Amino acid sequence: MKKLIRHKLWKWLSLGLLLSIPSIVQGQDAVEIVEAVTEAVEEAAPVISGADAKFIVDNLWILIAAALVFIMHLGFATVESGLTRSKNTVNVLFKNVFVICMGPLTYALWGFNAMYPGEFNGFFAAGSMIPNATDFGDFTGNMTSAYADYTAWSDFIFQAMFAATAATIVSGAVAERIKLGSFMIGATLLVMFAYPITGSWEWGGDSGWLNKLETPFVDFAGSSLVHAFGGFAALAAVILLGPRKGKYLPGGRVKPILGHSMPLATIGVFLLFLGWFGFNGGSVLSADPALVSLVFVTTGMAAAAGGLATMCTSWIVLKKPDLSMSLNGILAGLVGITAGADSMGPWSAVLVGAIAGVLVVAAIIFFDKIKIDDPVGAISVHGVCGIWGTLAVGIFGGGSLLSQAIGTVSISAFAFVSSFIIFFIIKMVLGIRVSEEEEFGGLDIGEHGQEAYPDFQTSTNG
Amino acid sequence: MKLVKAIIKPFKLEEVKEALSEVGVEGMTVTEVKGFGRQKGHTEIYRGSEYTVDFLPKVMIDVAVSDDIVAKTVEAIKNAAKTGKIGDGKIFVVPVEEAIRIRTDESGEGAI
Repeated sequence: MKKLIRHKLWKWLSLGLLLSIPSIVQGQDAVEIVEAVTEAVEEAAPVISGADAKFIVDNLWILIAAALVFIMHLGFATVESGLTRSKNTVNVLFKNVFVICMGPLTYALWGFNAMYPGEFNGFFAAGSMIPNATDFGDFTGNMTSAYADYTAWSDFIFQAMFAATAATIVSGAVAERIKLGSFMIGATLLVMFAYPITGSWEWGGDSGWLNKLETPFVDFAGSSLVHAFGGFAALAAVILLGPRKGKYLPGGRVKPILGHSMPLATIGVFLLFLGWFGFNGGSVLSADPALVSLVFVTTGMAAAAGGLATMCTSWIVLKKPDLSMSLNGILAGLVGITAGADSMGPWSAVLVGAIAGVLVVAAIIFFDKIKIDDPVGAISVHGVCGIWGTLAVGIFGGGSLLSQAIGTVSISAFAFVSSFIIFFIIKMVLGIRVSEEEEFGGLDIGEHGQEAYPDFQTSTNG
Repeated sequence: MKLVKAIIKPFKLEEVKEALSEVGVEGMTVTEVKGFGRQKGHTEIYRGSEYTVDFLPKVMIDVAVSDDIVAKTVEAIKNAAKTGKIGDGKIFVVPVEEAIRIRTDESGEGAI
């Protein structure tokens, strides 16, 4: 700190000297004054140790990263509403608003402590409420570097923003036909109970079973734990739900249902891109200069490569440069790099992102072939590319391919099965799908009795 | 009196309006419409699936004119709206029994 101040003053000093060359005699006086000021400042400066300064910066970075992950929810809301029809916009937005409210609350009630139990049996830990205290409970170190490079509160809010992401992924895939209440119950159960279980397998401490593999499983920021989880939970829900009316015609023809606003979808992807710097950058869990800057580079490069790869693939294979696919391509690159953003160089990241960008086009076409109707491509982007990104750590990031495969398959399978059970029970008890009449009229009127664009005439698009 | 109904390409509206003003037409009604003719729409692609847009957006102009300028009106629209490519549109001329200006109760050709 002292060094820093002196260094700055010397700069000022030399500038002052340069300016006063014509009157160098008065300049001598100036030097004396500045030296006196330097001494006074040094005496008055509070004593902050290097370790304190590091803790403050680390903690601040985690909080900024949490705010960036929060912005991703706005990104999801705009992507999902842009890629669906205007008659369902209120419903899509409502689900996103619900998720960002439900996520942090359920995480505080149960999820946080279930996901980060420390010592546990490796597979499952019971959750509990976070304390209603200003210092996060009775351990006095919770607010200092004795806890980690950040405070317990920062830890909670950063992870709470993550948790809500998993449910938002499901929201896009089931859009335009799921009953609002059924979605709300299913998403709550998923985020509150299922997501922390798989999360604890790796992030819950050394006793998590994926950390006990011969070569431990590595998922830096959640290609599997967040994205593949969300993607495969979505797949189960979509299978139970069925496709939107009119999407798949007899004779195997696919009739695309156009999203109502490409500008909204594009804004959303830019916001997600921005937020991802916090999602991955914050997952360093400190402001370590070398790692955070590497993560920013790999994250940005993979996203760029993913977008470009999809632009080329759609142009060559589909004969047209498809915007909505290219947007998915950027997200595919981001999901792909999430598992290994801290463990590979920029050109490996480019390769990971580019492969994700090609994969996502193939996946979207494949899911349409087998009549899995996913309006926003969430299963392809988060599910398929989440698995790819996790495996990529075994290829480019120094991990073991076998451990990566075991991890991502078990996480995806758990997400699929738990989501299937949850939504199957909901389907039996409450029903999961709106009536055909409501689907044609739009969920905005059917579920909410409101319109998103009351001043506009609705189109005849489906 | 005749009603000239012209269905044209939307981007030609401005030119047609100018041309009609030049031949002495003082008012018109413009409607955004959709439809198809022998062109039968066109194909577009979205997320890997092709689809046909059957109804293409067009603009329909309704102009009521006195018998003496019908020919000039039709000629003006035809010249202004023509691109020579498929989908330029159609012009229909239909007889009008009566015209009334609501504000003044005028009727007949004076009301046009």
